[in-house]
This record gives sequence, structure tokens and C-alpha cells, in this order.
Amino acid sequence: MCGIVGLFLKDKALEPKLGAMLTDMLITMTDRGPDSAGIAIYGVDADGNSKLTVQSANPAKDFAGLAGDLGKAIGAKVTQRDKDTHCVLEMPADKAAAARAALKDLRPDLRVMSTGDTMEIYKEVGLPKDVAARFEISKMTGTHGIGHTRMATESAVTTMGAHPFSTGSDQCLVHNGSLSNHNSLRRMLAHEGIYTDTMNDTEVGAAYLTWKMREGATLGEALESSLEDLDGFFTFVVGTKDGFGVVRDPIACKPAVMAETDQYVAFGSEYRALVNLPGIETARVWEPEPATVYFWNH
Amino acid sequence: MQTFDLAAEGLRALNATLQKQNGTTNQTAWEVVNPKGSHALAVGLDAPIDVTVKGSTGYYCAGMNKQATIRIHGSAGPGVAENMMSGTVIIEGDASQYAGATGHGGLLVIKGNAASRCGISMKGIDIVVQGNIGHMSAFMAQSGNLVVCGDAGDALGDSLYEARIFVRGKVKSLGADCIEKEMRPEHLEILRDLLDRAGFDANPEEFRRYGSARKLYNFDVDNASAY
Repeated sequence: MCGIVGLFLKDKALEPKLGAMLTDMLITMTDRGPDSAGIAIYGVDADGNSKLTVQSANPAKDFAGLAGDLGKAIGAKVTQRDKDTHCVLEMPADKAAAARAALKDLRPDLRVMSTGDTMEIYKEVGLPKDVAARFEISKMTGTHGIGHTRMATESAVTTMGAHPFSTGSDQCLVHNGSLSNHNSLRRMLAHEGIYTDTMNDTEVGAAYLTWKMREGATLGEALESSLEDLDGFFTFVVGTKDGFGVVRDPIACKPAVMAETDQYVAFGSEYRALVNLPGIETARVWEPEPATVYFWNH
Repeated sequence: MQTFDLAAEGLRALNATLQKQNGTTNQTAWEVVNPKGSHALAVGLDAPIDVTVKGSTGYYCAGMNKQATIRIHGSAGPGVAENMMSGTVIIEGDASQYAGATGHGGLLVIKGNAASRCGISMKGIDIVVQGNIGHMSAFMAQSGNLVVCGDAGDALGDSLYEARIFVRGKVKSLGADCIEKEMRPEHLEILRDLLDRAGFDANPEEFRRYGSARKLYNFDVDNASAY
């Protein structure tokens, strides 16, 4: 069992409250996933800059002087924002790939959570309320975001096993369910040059979407083909720089509720997660159909 | 009317209060406010009382109901009225998956749509849905009636025993051993009564009846691929 929440804002006036609204939704889903929690938040577009969000088990050592060291290595200005075990590095967009490569030498123990123009991923082991507090998620502004509370069923309870998983620049995936053909898919993807870091099934789902999109599929097409190629149970919620999508497997035993008003589109594993959203009493509330891809764009 | 504020008093107090009712008082009307999608509301009731939940509910509302009438002024989460024995459950909105699962008796009325597995393994309950139902509904349904005024999803009535299924709209596909059957006068009578009791204005003659072909009751090697 796991919990998923998602919020895609249509009304700009709500953007300063995105983090607070998502935090409330995430904490409500603690019963569904008390092991670990994570959130992907799409914030302000950093004009011509890219963000690299990294995590460390030893932030005091790894983050000290990181921006300076990285700036020197790639020959560009880099800034850093430390948030507990995570650090958001910003650099010119054309240096992002070089920065990611340079990090491997500069700080080999760092783990890359996400890359992109607007997306930042924060995830850790612990109760959702503690994880949200560590990263001050409730203070964050943004256009849309996705959160996940994890109750692990098939791989270790670790930071890297927590969701969201990044599927590419400004793209992320969260999952409720379990995939049964992830080992064979992992081997297939490795042949295609796409490697995963953990034994986690969802990471394979994310890598699968990355592969499909590398081969030219749009995210919508990649999600459609996941219905054919992924075996098992899944409710996926995905985020892109300007969009938000939902797909459930054809059996659809993993719960999902959606709500839409003029101000937002919201997703919750249960209706409980949505009850404090503004105007929920009059929102259109429905259960997404099995084997159907839903997508919203700004 | 007695009002119970779930936000103030909590779930255990609600169920303990309602389960204590034994039909010896004439104060039988209850209203539950602030349900906020909570789970297991008004479960295990066993008295002819009338409970109205003002809002949407989470998992397993009205489970194991006996005698009581429970109305949900909102939508219901998974497993509403699961294993109901008698009484009536009325949902003004939609119902999530496996509504009325394993129900032995009583009437479940869903005014919106029901998701997948509606009436799975039903054992005597009557379920009337004004909207559509999802896939695998009435899977292994043993007895009772499932009435659908809208459309039915894939694999309707798979591995069906003796439950009757009536659908007015389209059926996406029938499950193993479920077939369309002749609508005889006695079926129209059953259907008319159910629609009346549910309060739905629909013409029974517009419905089709589905039931078991009774080919999978006993193992037959020729049917191996259908099991």
C-alpha cells in the first residue's frame, strides 16, 4: 500500500500556497505509507538556469563549498541552497550535463534526486509529517506538485527507494502498486543503456518511461505503451515541466480519486486527502477509469 | 433528529453509539456531519434506525449492515455496504470499487456510477445502480439481483452462479459462463419492484437479463480454458 497526492494549479493566486496544500494532503495519507515520503515540486522557472537537486547521507561534509567547487569544475557560476539532507544547485542550463558528470568526481557519495528547470525532488525515510517539515515543503511556491507516502512491499526502505523517481529532466513518477516483470524489464533497459540504481520496481517503471521518450514517444504515448508492457498493479501519477498525468492499470485495484475546479486539478489515493482543498464541496469529483491516460497542461 | 459530529467525537464513539441502538426508542433518526472521507463509518449496525451521512465517505461505509437505513449524501469509497445482511443503503453520488461485495441481503441503491467489481460474490443482496458500473461486476455472484440503468464494463458476471443481472445500456463484454437470457414476465415483475423500491423511473422492458450458463458449476475438462 502507498499513498499518492497531486495538485495541478490553474489559478495563479494559489501558487504561494502550493506547498502548504500539498503538505496537508501528504500528511493525510500517512496511514497508507508511514515508511518514507517524498515530494516533487515545480517552482519558479529559473531563467536560463537549470537545477540539480542532490542528496547526501553526510550533508555537513558533502555540501561544504559545493557550489564553489562545482563552479570551478564546469567554468560557470553555480549557486547552492541547502535544505537538510538535500541541496539544490543552480547553474546555466547548458552546463547542467557537465555539472552532473563533474559531481561524480567531486562528491562521489552524492545522489542526484532530480534535474530540470523548475522541478525539485525531496524524499527521505520517515513519517510524512517529519519529512515535509525537514524540507519546509509547506513554505514552497509552485505551479504543480506530486507527493508520495510509501509502505514498502518489495524493496528496502531507503532514501533511494522512496518516491518520486525522476524519469528525465523536469519529469517524475510516483507509483502505488507493484510491478511483477520489473526484473526482466531492468535487464532489457540495461541493454538499451538505461541503468537503475536500486532493486525497486517503480524505478524500473520510471526508467521504462525515460526509454520510451528517448525513442521518440511523448509522455502520453509512453504511458499508453506502459499499459501493454508493464505487468502488475499500478496507479501512476507523473509530472512534467508544465503538465500532470494519471494512469491506472486495467485491473485498477489501487485506489484513485480526482477533483477538478476552476482553480485546480487534484489527485488523491483517497478522498480524505482532498477534503481541505478550497471549493471541494462543489468540485467535480470522480474516479479515473482503468487503462485510461489523463493529462493536464498549462 | 440527533446529530453526531465526527470531527469532534471520533469514529469509535460514532460506531459504538449507533451499534448500541436496539430499536427500543422512537428517536431513530441520526445525522453524521464532517465525515471528510473517513473509513468504516456506521458499520455493524443492527437496529431499524435511519442514519444520514452528510458528505463523502472512505473505505467500508455501512459494512455488515442489518436493518438500518443508511444514506450517504456524497460519494462512497471502496467496499461500501460490504457483506450487508439486511436494511437499505442509499448513495446519492458515486460508489468506488466492490460496492455491495458479498452482501447477503438488503437493498443497495447507487444514484451515480459504481466502479469496478460492483456486487462481487453477492449472496442475496439487491443492488440498483442508476448510472454505469465498471469491469468484473457480479464476479462469482451467487444470488440476488444487480440492476444497472446505464452501461456495464468488461467481463460482466464472470463465473456467475444464480444471481440475476439486468442492464438497460450497453454491456462492454460478458465474463466466462455469463449469457443473455430471455426476459420473462416474472423477471419483469422482479425488476419493476426493484426499480420502484430504488425510486428510479425506468421502464423494465428496456432492460436485458443476464445469467449463468451453468457450464462451470462442475469441472469438465472441455471447459478447462474457461476456468
